[in-house]
Amino acid sequence: MKKLPMLAYLASLTLGVPAAWGDSAPTAPLLVSADKISAGDTAWMLTSTALVLMMSIPGLALFYGGMVRKKNVLATLMQTFAIVCVVTILWWLIGYSWAFTPGSKFLGGSSRALFVGMTFMHDPVNQLSVSHLALTIPETVYAMFQLTFAIITPALIAGAFADRMKFSALLIFMAAWSLLVYAPIAHMVWEPSGWLSAAGVLDYAGGTVVHINAGMAGLASCLVLGKRLGYGRERMPPHNLTLTLIGASLLWVGWFGFNAGSAGAADGRAGMAMLATQMATAAAALSWMFAEWASKGKPSVLGIASGAVAGLVAITPASGFVGPTPAVVIGLAAGVICFFAATSLKHVLGYDDSLDAFGVHGIGGIVGALLTGVFVSKEISGVDNTVMTQFLIQLKGVAVTVIYGFAASYIILKIIDMTVGLRVTEEQEREGLDITLHGESIE
Amino acid sequence: MKLITAIIKPFKLDEVRGAVNDIGVRGLTVTEVRGFGRQRGHTEIYRGAEYVVEFVPKTKIEIAVEDGLVDLVIEAIVKSAKTGKVGDGKIFVFDLEQVVRIRTGERDSSAL
Repeated sequence: MKKLPMLAYLASLTLGVPAAWGDSAPTAPLLVSADKISAGDTAWMLTSTALVLMMSIPGLALFYGGMVRKKNVLATLMQTFAIVCVVTILWWLIGYSWAFTPGSKFLGGSSRALFVGMTFMHDPVNQLSVSHLALTIPETVYAMFQLTFAIITPALIAGAFADRMKFSALLIFMAAWSLLVYAPIAHMVWEPSGWLSAAGVLDYAGGTVVHINAGMAGLASCLVLGKRLGYGRERMPPHNLTLTLIGASLLWVGWFGFNAGSAGAADGRAGMAMLATQMATAAAALSWMFAEWASKGKPSVLGIASGAVAGLVAITPASGFVGPTPAVVIGLAAGVICFFAATSLKHVLGYDDSLDAFGVHGIGGIVGALLTGVFVSKEISGVDNTVMTQFLIQLKGVAVTVIYGFAASYIILKIIDMTVGLRVTEEQEREGLDITLHGESIE
Repeated sequence: MKLITAIIKPFKLDEVRGAVNDIGVRGLTVTEVRGFGRQRGHTEIYRGAEYVVEFVPKTKIEIAVEDGLVDLVIEAIVKSAKTGKVGDGKIFVFDLEQVVRIRTGERDSSAL
């Protein structure tokens, strides 16, 4: 095992093109000569990284911030911003290493803790480290790109428990969740030594790792926390849907970095992923809008924005595996199914998923992950399985993420609840988190 | 002197201002208010959650005038603020005891 990176490194010196790794394809991060780096790929991945960070701040922060009541808007923005910072530090500490270096079937090793060994040496050595998952870009760029995914995933969960979690509890939960839930699932699905990756689960940009995972954690957190005070009796309309629409638009634009960036290269597959993303998003926005128009009488701004996000979620695992027509079908399905999850299922089952993190990300992620198995194209992806075989493999990936994501989140939340406490006091919740937790307010 | 208070539909404000200006009113005060009358509230739906909006946004204008202008002003407001639908608003007229112009200290008629 230890010799392979060296072999790969030697191969890199003798063979001209990265495509010629053959049987000696590296299985761990390795040092390569700087001329192995593709300027085009690196430029696109630097751009994608910035785009995906923009999805969290300000995209997701505004998307959620507009949907809460005015007394909680700063607290909601603060949650996303703080998560960006906490996850970044944890990524450096051990998160990246646990997710993206070889280790057991369930968790990576610790060889890249504190980013040790992630290097660039200028002339005359002129070498740098690359990840075995992206051989044509510097490892620094790959680690940063993946960090932006590790950031947005826990940030998505916050939609489920908006308006009622203590900020201190949030910091502890997000830190624990990032290391104990995100890193293992990312490793299992994306790192070649992970067992779901080895089992052939297809997840191009994070349908399982990001969206099902965050959705299940969201469901767990709204169940553990309970409903908002006055839920179902008092008015809780979004305080500013302009912010929400700006947020949704930033998410849409940033998502091209998310999905097309997941190609790890500036190539034909990145182009196909971008095309599929646009098709699915538009289709889902329209299908949510028409479903709402037909059943509630009016096509709403929150509806079309929510539909777009549902489409982005559902196409995430499929982009890079499917063509534009299946993308439209996936989008249409996601829009309608997520509409019913957020408007009917939630009320029938009686949980308070405040901003529909589970209804949109959990359900949309499941729809996308399963339909990826149905529509995967051999020409685009090189995957050659029958529909039934791939569908069952996808089902396994979904089931593992649903169970692990929910159970692990539930346990972490229960432990925090029993120790430092999870929920703000009734008085704080009534008065609003902005003034009671942060000492600030907007007016 | 009288104080005329009118509750009107917000989008009618500019028309009302023009109409009373034309008959010689030289000042008025505007406030954004909420309330209900015969026009009930409406329903808003966000992701399937329905909220009944019980208080409808309205605009309140206040005009202080000489007794002789009262009927003209009422007529002008009724004409310009009317749509014929429920929710057009109401006009209230009060006796006004004193008026003082702060800048000069002038009182009553000369302060209007």
